[in-house]
Amino acid sequence: MRHRLDIQIGPVAFRIGSAWKEPLDALARLYEPYPAPRDGLSDFTVRLEPEKPWRRFIRPSVAIKGDYVLPDAVPMALAHGLLAAEMGMNLQMALGQKRYLLLHASSAEKDGRAIIMTGESGAGKSTLAALLGERGWRLMGDEFALLDMDSGRLLPFPRAVSLKNGAIRVMEAEVEADRFGPRLEGTPKGDIRHMRPNGEALDRMGEGATPALILFPRFGEAQAIRAVGAAEVFMRLTQASTNYVNLGGRGFDALNRLIAANPALAIDYPDTDTAVGLVEDFWRELAA
Amino acid sequence: MRNAKLLVRALRDPASIGDWDWAGLVSAARAEQLIGSLAFRMAGRPVPRRVAEIFEAARFDAGQTRTQALWEAEMARRALAPLGVPVILMKGTAFHAAGLAASVGRSVGDLDIMVPRPSLDDVEAALLEAGWEHVKDSQGYDDSYYRRWMHELPPLIHRSRDRMIDVHHTILPLTARPRPNAQAMIDASVELENGLRILCPADIVIHAAAHLFADGDLAGGLRNLWDIDRLLREFDSPGFRQSLAERARLHQLRPAVARALRLSERLYGTPVDRSLAGRSSLADRLFEARLIARNGWGQERRKLLRFAFYLRGHWLRMPPLMLARHLWVKARSGA
Repeated sequence: MRHRLDIQIGPVAFRIGSAWKEPLDALARLYEPYPAPRDGLSDFTVRLEPEKPWRRFIRPSVAIKGDYVLPDAVPMALAHGLLAAEMGMNLQMALGQKRYLLLHASSAEKDGRAIIMTGESGAGKSTLAALLGERGWRLMGDEFALLDMDSGRLLPFPRAVSLKNGAIRVMEAEVEADRFGPRLEGTPKGDIRHMRPNGEALDRMGEGATPALILFPRFGEAQAIRAVGAAEVFMRLTQASTNYVNLGGRGFDALNRLIAANPALAIDYPDTDTAVGLVEDFWRELAA
Repeated sequence: MRNAKLLVRALRDPASIGDWDWAGLVSAARAEQLIGSLAFRMAGRPVPRRVAEIFEAARFDAGQTRTQALWEAEMARRALAPLGVPVILMKGTAFHAAGLAASVGRSVGDLDIMVPRPSLDDVEAALLEAGWEHVKDSQGYDDSYYRRWMHELPPLIHRSRDRMIDVHHTILPLTARPRPNAQAMIDASVELENGLRILCPADIVIHAAAHLFADGDLAGGLRNLWDIDRLLREFDSPGFRQSLAERARLHQLRPAVARALRLSERLYGTPVDRSLAGRSSLADRLFEARLIARNGWGQERRKLLRFAFYLRGHWLRMPPLMLARHLWVKARSGA
């Protein structure tokens, strides 16, 4: 490939190749402080390439390819190349990650213990984790939580946070400008702006944490708190995992241990400040 | 890595390990569905730590693949048992079910089975009853094309397990020039403990050779050729060689089998029956170039060569007039 960038995110290294310079320039700026993989190797390869050779120049469109591909993925505009790179990395994780139980969840750590937040798209798990990451917690990841099936520990995957629509403004008010990527307008997912996690999240990206609490946040509702039973937690987490089925008995055992050891709560919240307050309350109760 | 030669070398001679382009090797192996096979070949060898972890995960994943493939076979067995017809497992699932060396790390996509042609309707009905559904529009051109000219039913997919089944009644399309003797294949098939069957050793190799060299465009061919290498090495004996030669003739597939032997020897160093393999030809080099047309980014290379083999695949499949009609219908439907 013409252009190449290697990035290490938590325990996972990516090799990203591109037919165009622009997407990788944008990616390199956003991921500037991230380490390159020390061994020069990668777990996954992502390719950004034209669907047909002439589409490199004429109405350029970026097809998302790599070690693992979706057969009917729609190509994206070159202006959204940064999002294409993000989706390419996500795709490798979702389809190819076999070493860890992969939960589509955000996570944050304090005092060596982690909170896992999962919910449907728009539930606010990303924003909530990003906000905690600026308010005394360590952001472990906004999209994927990696559960080590042997130790039961949660490993970080602190990629650049993908903020959508209203969440962009919330975080712009909180975080210095040089940690943001360009605002991408009119993408298939609406407006998107990427935000680099802070120095602590990056410095400690090799450091796992013991899970302590599972949360199912839901944004846009009046405040409500409900304890969630083990069976429901199990169902929700299997739905939130992209590789649970493929991991067979090992995945089942690891998930059961996670659920048996941790309380789970569903919280509805009208705004993110309320949610942060609730999380801090739970945390004090857990510690007590 | 400009082509997949390194992947071939790693499979053929894992002890020759060196300062390899590991990222390229892993991507090419994933693209060719050979990562599991490679992972087992490389087990215990001094590879970089990250690669060792990738291989370890691939070996674990291969175990899951095996479990799922055998479960799918069992589901089909239960659905078809009341019919009392022989059900023959084919390709990857057969390798796993029989515990053949070719199954080590072997990926499995669809479940492939073969049944006697006269029982096709009953088999299809039983599968539909047991939760499989048609993938393609059952009134359309594709469906009628399959039923009239193909060696298998239109693919079915299971509605809750989301797995496909291909039900064959012979091993090549009816439009292909060679006419394999499907009844002889069924007669010689071998029963497994659970009542399912697999083809006899010679027919397993002949089917693999026919699939790779007498049908299709050789996409993903390195994996199929690796199957052939493993099968030939495991079955090799004077009796097997004789049976392979005889049955290749019986099924009108001597040229495809000879080609398979030559290419397997050429790429993977397989010991083969020289009298059956015959002299290597200039065309063998083109086949080799087609098989390794994959670079270290996992991209397909040699566009023109691939297109030539695509045309060859269709040419083998249909007489010229029929091909013209087929392409005309496909072009009009925009499919």
